Amino acid sequence: MINNVERADGSAGPPALEPSRRRFLDYLLGTSAVATLGAIVYPIIRFMQPPQVIESTESSVVAAKLAEVPVNSGKIFKFGSKPGILVRTESGELKAFSAVCTHLDCIVQYKPETKNIWCACHNGQYNLNGKNIGGPPPRPLEVYKVNTRGDEIIVSRA
Amino acid sequence: MRALIFLTKFLSQRRKAARVFLWFSFVLWRLCLRKALLSSLVVLTLFTLASAQKKSSCIECHIKLDDPRLSTPARNFENDIHRTRGLSCNDCHGGDPNADTSKAAKDPAKGFLGKPKTLDIPAYCGKCHSDANLMKRFNPSLRVDQESEYYTSVHGKLLKSGEQKVATCISCHNVHGIRAVSDPLSSVYPLNVADTCAKCHANADYMRSFRIPTDQFQKFKTSVHAKALYVKQDLSAPTCNDCHGNHGATPPGIASVANVCGQCHARQAELFQTSPHKAAFDQKGLAECITCHNNHAIATPTDQMIGTQQGALCINCHTNGDKGFVAGGYMRSRIDQLIASIDKSTGILNLAERKGMEVSKPKFDLKAATDALTHARVLIHSSSTAEVDKVVAPGLEVAGKAYQAGLDALAELSFRRKGLAVSLVFILLLALLVYLKVRQIEAR
Amino acid sequence: MKDWLDERLSISALVAIAQKKEVPLHRHSIWYYFGGMTLFLFTVQVVTGILLLLYYRPSAENAFESVQFIITEVQFGWLIRSIHSWSANLMIATLFIHLFSVFFLRAYHRPREITWVSGVILLFIVICFGFSGYLLPWNKLAYFATKVGTEIAGVIPIVGRPALRFLRGGNDVTGATLTRFFGFHVAVLPATATVFIAIHILLVQLHGMSVPPSLAKENVGKMKFVPNFLLRDLIGWILAIGVLAALAALFPWELGEKADPFAPAPAGIKPEWYFLFMFQTLKFIPAKLLGFDGEVLGIMAFNIIALLLFIVPFVDRPPGNPRRRLLFNVIGVIALLYIVVMTIIGYVTK
Repeated sequence: MINNVERADGSAGPPALEPSRRRFLDYLLGTSAVATLGAIVYPIIRFMQPPQVIESTESSVVAAKLAEVPVNSGKIFKFGSKPGILVRTESGELKAFSAVCTHLDCIVQYKPETKNIWCACHNGQYNLNGKNIGGPPPRPLEVYKVNTRGDEIIVSRA
Repeated sequence: MRALIFLTKFLSQRRKAARVFLWFSFVLWRLCLRKALLSSLVVLTLFTLASAQKKSSCIECHIKLDDPRLSTPARNFENDIHRTRGLSCNDCHGGDPNADTSKAAKDPAKGFLGKPKTLDIPAYCGKCHSDANLMKRFNPSLRVDQESEYYTSVHGKLLKSGEQKVATCISCHNVHGIRAVSDPLSSVYPLNVADTCAKCHANADYMRSFRIPTDQFQKFKTSVHAKALYVKQDLSAPTCNDCHGNHGATPPGIASVANVCGQCHARQAELFQTSPHKAAFDQKGLAECITCHNNHAIATPTDQMIGTQQGALCINCHTNGDKGFVAGGYMRSRIDQLIASIDKSTGILNLAERKGMEVSKPKFDLKAATDALTHARVLIHSSSTAEVDKVVAPGLEVAGKAYQAGLDALAELSFRRKGLAVSLVFILLLALLVYLKVRQIEAR
Repeated sequence: MKDWLDERLSISALVAIAQKKEVPLHRHSIWYYFGGMTLFLFTVQVVTGILLLLYYRPSAENAFESVQFIITEVQFGWLIRSIHSWSANLMIATLFIHLFSVFFLRAYHRPREITWVSGVILLFIVICFGFSGYLLPWNKLAYFATKVGTEIAGVIPIVGRPALRFLRGGNDVTGATLTRFFGFHVAVLPATATVFIAIHILLVQLHGMSVPPSLAKENVGKMKFVPNFLLRDLIGWILAIGVLAALAALFPWELGEKADPFAPAPAGIKPEWYFLFMFQTLKFIPAKLLGFDGEVLGIMAFNIIALLLFIVPFVDRPPGNPRRRLLFNVIGVIALLYIVVMTIIGYVTK
């Protein structure tokens, strides 16, 4: 505990600082304030800058580049938290569906030989409209909308 | 008046005619013969309401009898699909449903056939069900070859040879209360088929003279197919008739079992056909699929079935040093490796999540490794280590990436804490300096 | 520079007013800090809230994913979001402390009645902020909390049903509710709050800091607001930033799972702690009380207490007497204890 001293005006309080100490304190205070302010402003500025991935991938994704999906082939892509399948038919048309088989949730694949979508788990089959046409699957695959933008294929929920 | 009564009685038995009559009445009404028409219409309506269906003295009489053997058929017929199609007792048994005395109704001269003998039952039902022209009128999409198919079955062949203790149409479909297959209360609804077959096939006493096992139903109930059917209510899962056939029921032979399983398990069947096991099994007369998986008690396959350790199936035939032994051991070790990698990655991701990091994306990506594991477990049917490696290698890569993501998440967490420590130092320093400034100001 | 601004904005006049402001010094002075702390935390909310607005999407399909995006993809998104959630809770805590300290120190005595009324209005505005903001991540917990909360509002006789429909934007909690709550949270409530905060603070400057009646006779020392008290305020605010940063880094606010209107309610759901005492009270009230529905009685009781809060300065008018002073103190202590005990019980029980 610092003892109080009597001052010129009769009041009591802690002893006054010497001028040099005062300047030092002011200097420290200033730089410290600036540093803390910087530490607050820096994250805010970084926050406002758009991140690499611009949008959440729940309702619309770039599924693939055009070159990655040749005619009569299929490609699995990530759509939100579930897999999707992108198919380019023999006639060159692009189609996209949910890749989760409606029987027991296995991931389906495109079979170029039969030109249908097939599930390896229990031989389930879907046609290119997503309709379940063979095997155990009880329901069709969910159909997604496909658009192209430049050389990117954009898949979004219907 | 008498003519009117006769007319209404006549019409009540012929619904189509009743409709014509009503139309005719309407026309007459318009032509202003109102009063007469009104009275006849009232009488007609009352009669039509009273006799909603065609008259059947058989049912009227039998339903009142005391002997349950005679009254039960009449009662059960209420639920019968044949009744809903407008058929009645006489359409199968013959006789006259309009006659009011037992003798007149069951007159053989009127075509009464009575109760058919067991050996005659298929033909009895086949009278209609094998007649394509007739069945077209009721349900054009129904098959009409059940009777001929039946005689290719074990039941049919035994029946032809004079054995009476076999299943005939009514054993499975019931008689008098026959429901459509799609009706959940039908004895041949997918969920009820096994119980229907078990009525005889699980009865050891009944089946004694046939000297075949009677434990199939017991075994089936423990199988993964039964679990799919009864627990998950997946009607696409197989029951007795899906593998044995229904009308042509015969156990598939050793050479054809794989085709039956391959109806659904196409990938495994395909892989097996191209594997060295196919030739070996054919040579040894071993049934495909069921040698390892059993036929009725098909348990959920486990990794323990493959490999060279105690309890594995490979060592039932393979011995230390032969190619199969080595391949089996290798495939098992690769699968174990993948499982370990997936577990390690799941563990670290769960740890990061518990500590507050958001790792739903790496967790999703890890699912691809689990898919690879499932795929590898299917590929062992090819007995090819190269094939198994083709999926295990990418699977390990995915699991590795997920592990790295977990490490990154923990590193980020550690970075945040370090960042916090540094920031707190600055903040506390600033607070201290402001406090000193306050004291300095107040010292003046 | 200063002269240029002063000529146009009368800055020196404002500075002179500020320099005149004094803060009484006595053993209860510490409570003077809590109003300013609440205001500071409100400012933190506004800043972090505006930042979150840059990325948040207020629809049932996108809300959860946008918050997930903020905390995983956006740089320092985790920090901004956690600070926003924690600061909301801290603000409500300091607001309660401020409310009770003003009550016990009788700072609502004349001429400060309108200050008190505006403060009570702000209390309700802040609670609405909390309730509306809680739904915005659209996770399971928030969905059910909103369902239960609006259900409770709907129980009030006569006005309950229309109120429920007004809050929910329909009969059920749906995406319409989310959009509506978003509108309240970022537009309606901030505008109303700004008005009432302005009134509240202006009145405080007008009337000066109140001295508790028990110390009115003493000659209390005074401290200049600028710079002495303000610097001390600043220390508190700097430490608050430290606390918020620590909470955000060490106890990040959970996101949970996306709301599913068709899934059953998770077991043992509870509202946030500032609603817990009311929630717990309703649980204790028997189903039927004196022929009336227990829940309705409980809610009406809370509504009546809320209204009573408004009229406190008009009931307890100075000079008063020792008995009335004791009575109000007892009421205050009972209320405080009740809230604390009920909150604890709410946390401890399943």
